[in-house]
Amino acid sequence: MPEITFREAINQALAEEMERDDSIFIVGEEVAKYQGAYKVTQGLLQRFGEDRVIDAPISEGGFTGLGVGAAMVGLRPIVEVMTFNFSLVAIDQIINNAAKMRHMSGGQLKVPMVIRGPNGPAHQLAATHSQALESIYAHIPGLKVVVPGTPKDAKGLLKSAIRDDNPVIFMESEVMYGLKGEVPEGEYTIPLGRTDVKREGKDVTIIAYGKTVNLAMKAAESLAAEGIDAEIVDPMTVRPLDDGPIINSVKKTNRCVIVSEAWPFASVASEIGFRVSSKAFDYLDAPVELVTAEDVPMPYNKNLEHNALPTLEKLMNAARRALYKK
Amino acid sequence: MSDYAVEANKSEGSLKEEYLSLGRAKLVEMYRTMVLIRRFEEAAAKAYSMQKIGGFLHLYIGQEAVAVGSVAAIREDDYLITAYRDHGHAIARGTDPKILMAELFGKYTGSSKGKGGSMHFFDVVRNMLGGHAIVGAQIPLGTGIAFKSKYRKEDRICLTYMGDAAMNQGAFHEALNLAALWKLPVVYIVENNLYGMGTAVDRASAVTDLYKRGCSYGIEGMVADGMNVFAVYDAVKEAAKKARELSLPTLLEIRTYRYRGHSMSDPDSVYRTKHEVEEEKRRDPIEQMKKFLLSGKIATQKEIDAVDEDVKKLAAECVEFAENSPEPPLESMYDDIYV
Repeated sequence: MPEITFREAINQALAEEMERDDSIFIVGEEVAKYQGAYKVTQGLLQRFGEDRVIDAPISEGGFTGLGVGAAMVGLRPIVEVMTFNFSLVAIDQIINNAAKMRHMSGGQLKVPMVIRGPNGPAHQLAATHSQALESIYAHIPGLKVVVPGTPKDAKGLLKSAIRDDNPVIFMESEVMYGLKGEVPEGEYTIPLGRTDVKREGKDVTIIAYGKTVNLAMKAAESLAAEGIDAEIVDPMTVRPLDDGPIINSVKKTNRCVIVSEAWPFASVASEIGFRVSSKAFDYLDAPVELVTAEDVPMPYNKNLEHNALPTLEKLMNAARRALYKK
Repeated sequence: MSDYAVEANKSEGSLKEEYLSLGRAKLVEMYRTMVLIRRFEEAAAKAYSMQKIGGFLHLYIGQEAVAVGSVAAIREDDYLITAYRDHGHAIARGTDPKILMAELFGKYTGSSKGKGGSMHFFDVVRNMLGGHAIVGAQIPLGTGIAFKSKYRKEDRICLTYMGDAAMNQGAFHEALNLAALWKLPVVYIVENNLYGMGTAVDRASAVTDLYKRGCSYGIEGMVADGMNVFAVYDAVKEAAKKARELSLPTLLEIRTYRYRGHSMSDPDSVYRTKHEVEEEKRRDPIEQMKKFLLSGKIATQKEIDAVDEDVKKLAAECVEFAENSPEPPLESMYDDIYV
């Protein structure tokens, strides 16, 4: 299998789907002439033309709402937000319009659109530009929320997201765009709402998604050196959450650590923790551990920033605690 | 009397013979639809006071000419989208008023199966795309609907209605900028009823000639008398033609008046006088239309009476239908969240 970057994987998914279906268009800031603020849409303007790859003014509420309207009447918009921090300016359109349209219309309408872009902390961008917002969107019935952790997953999941008839929040990461991974040649998709076991192990279940999948894989290697065999479980889609493989894994290992870059309060991590506690209660040999962002706005200082995030050390300590090992 | 009323009185003479070209049947139908909106809402208000309808109920009474005149000026395959004061638009578009009343009653036979209520009327088959309750949030949607027409090279336009207060939201400005920038076939219709809830236009907007507010986007503004169905019809016809043929947006301010409070729970005496309301009622759109039909010998008094009687009966039937309709089954709350 060829190795390509996360960025290229997403670009391929966009291009392949646009080739297949002319109802798909991309709108966002710097997506066309500039070739993408993070070069994710590179070459798409040249290939598909300015009617389908559209530079928008800095007007997230406007162009996200325009996307919702276009989706209501049959187009399949892909709205790129330069980062999900800016999606907060459009959150009324996402939560009140995209997510609820089908329900409020009694099933008369559907909103097949993807809102995608980087999410989560980047490097020293401070509080407004460095935050993981998936828990906010995962809270909302009517939305699907996808947070891929590898190039292969990103491509397969994005193709499914584009073909999905519901509004899908698709969260990438600035700091992952250059990450390389094996991606199958040719056409493939990965269905939304399916949890993947990224590494098999018998001693402790580490649940990770998005950027923390790589952190968890590193932790597993280091834990192996200590004789701890970790299983890495990646939900990939955090809403709807396929908790079956998570519960099965915990039933096998009897220990559960959840690692996420989002804040801990009312989060995807706490939701998974709740489900594990309620569905695998009798199997747990230790309390569920959460390794999340610290419950603080992101500080600018490099050292503070590093320590505000889940780190390898924090994750390994949590795994050891779950096993009552120092 | 407001300034607007003075201007509007001048236009009363526009009940001209040229409208006869619409044909007798169409003219009577327009009258009938205006009366139906009013009787429907009077029946709804009564049911609300008996607690058969819950939540908010924003009545359109007084503004009937806006929905009826504008819908008459577009094609069936054109789109429209509006805010939460949406009963008139759905009825004008031809939605069965029985399923609308059932929706107000929260019944399973309602247009949204009891999940939308008063503020969320949808009739997708008739290209009536809601019913939206966050002030101004439907404006980008209407712009996106028009975007689709252009993207697909269709000549279908989108009427995007809003109240005067919605113009002060960011969504309005972002949407108008996009529509002008990308030359989208949308007609923004501002139903200026002089108040955003209890706040008068001149206490909310730095510019009170609202149609002028499109100029910073290079969007042509127009103004029309909303108490005169033909003035509305003319203005929308012109703006729709520009949207359809030139793919250009228009900001059309239609000056109208709501007789009732902002919603059923609105003590409107705190922000306007009874005298003002009574003055505005002297220009009642239904009475003006009736006068036109009679003076132009388009309909006889007897025919008008028959229409009035028929509509009164229909409004009662709507309530009866809603009353007798089933409640939604509890498990239906999980329906229609995902496709």
